[in-house]
Amino acid sequence: MIISELKPYEELQQALADFDKLFIVGCAACATACKSGGEDEVFKFQEWLNEQGKDATGSVIIDEACHIARAARDLRHHKAAVQDADALVVLACGSGIQSISSNVDKHVVGGLNSMFLGNVRRFGQYEEMCSLCGDCILNETAGICPVTTCAKGLLNGPCGGMEDGHCEVDAEIECAWSLIYERLKSQQRQGVFARRVPPKNWSRRFQPGRYRLKDGER
Amino acid sequence: MSFLSEQLDNGQFVVTAEIAPPKGTDLSEALAAVEKLTGIAAVNVTDNQGANMRLSSLALAARLQQQGTETVLQLTCRDRNRMALQSDLLGAASFGIENLLLLSGDHSKFGDHPDSRPVFDLDSVQLLDMAAGLMAGTDMAGKSLDGVPEFFPGAAVNPAAEPFELMFQKVAKKVDSGARFFQTQSVFDCETLERFMLAMQPLQVPVIAGVLLIRSSRMARFLNDNIPGVQVPETLVQRLASAEDPLAEGVEIAREAVAWARDHCQGVHLMTLGHEDKIPAILA
Repeated sequence: MIISELKPYEELQQALADFDKLFIVGCAACATACKSGGEDEVFKFQEWLNEQGKDATGSVIIDEACHIARAARDLRHHKAAVQDADALVVLACGSGIQSISSNVDKHVVGGLNSMFLGNVRRFGQYEEMCSLCGDCILNETAGICPVTTCAKGLLNGPCGGMEDGHCEVDAEIECAWSLIYERLKSQQRQGVFARRVPPKNWSRRFQPGRYRLKDGER
Repeated sequence: MSFLSEQLDNGQFVVTAEIAPPKGTDLSEALAAVEKLTGIAAVNVTDNQGANMRLSSLALAARLQQQGTETVLQLTCRDRNRMALQSDLLGAASFGIENLLLLSGDHSKFGDHPDSRPVFDLDSVQLLDMAAGLMAGTDMAGKSLDGVPEFFPGAAVNPAAEPFELMFQKVAKKVDSGARFFQTQSVFDCETLERFMLAMQPLQVPVIAGVLLIRSSRMARFLNDNIPGVQVPETLVQRLASAEDPLAEGVEIAREAVAWARDHCQGVHLMTLGHEDKIPAILA
């Protein structure tokens, strides 16, 4: 899921300085799961707005805020409250924020910073394991992504900063290449170590990404 | 053919030193330091060392090369994508720079621009491959070059890295990718060096052992906490701490490392960080 966190309150105060009445949008998917934009957080945000002397005209938790048409439909159901507001504040990832901003003419304030595509280690603890690079090497690296979990995204083994199998950037973190090496060894295969990996094809990381299912697949 | 490659080919024990470009445009200190160097085959010019922004290594290396000092141009993957790396290598060749030390580079987090976006479009193995490609007359896109560079590409290694086998598979890849010599991270004990050199034997690539002049126990502790891949053993830290003249003790420690290098390696790379005047004493 997309891991996001609430922006600092000082930044939000500035972003909302010109508005008195706000419509709050949350998201029932990722932002609910990582406790940044679910029902609880929307309620808390509303209380905070009140403390700032502002009013909430209403709120909605969209099923998946990244779904552009669904966001449009849910906003239509709250037409009066949306119209009554000076601006909308969105507690969803950057994708969700843009579903909203593309559906209304009003000023849209994003309340969250989106951080990464995260795996859940346990409740409240998230780790980035995939950076959506479009050119997956996991089948050769025993299912551990060096593009993401090596701080430098190296493809041919560890850098000179590895110390006792740990990363130079954070000694608490195990070196991705050390993990890959150990797991391949335990599976008795050479995997990625059998070849010199050529430079990555970054043209596969489409930006902005676009993808369409073919007619028969839809 | 560079003087460094000739010396190594002839089986001579080589000495390299290193110099960091200034933070700013005043080259006088760097040029004066290089002038004082004697008995050195080539001078490494560091590239935003420790991820601290400084004048371009290529600019200083070009200047030195033009005034007759042979250099080893250090080039890291941290600050440039593959296009910039290729451009810079062609630029280096146009100034007569042949010796290269091709590195991944310390992470930006360690330096004075921690907010910058680290590039790492290539890694050091791919950078070596690319340099070999340029020498063979083609760029990474497979296009022919008008004028082909001549390089003597080298790579770095930390002989003390653990797991050893994992570190060493990358060394082997670097050799496959055309590394013609290695310069090592500072070595602090002979056994580590011996183990590494034993593994290197079948590869037949010369190794220039890194020797660092440590001025004080405080510097040793700083290195241990801040420089990736450098771990000064506690026994040496204590020696420096209890020495009456820590700098002289540092010279003595460096002399010991040079002696190991003479026994086991093909050269020594002296990192004296401003104390270039101590080089004769370290080599004596």
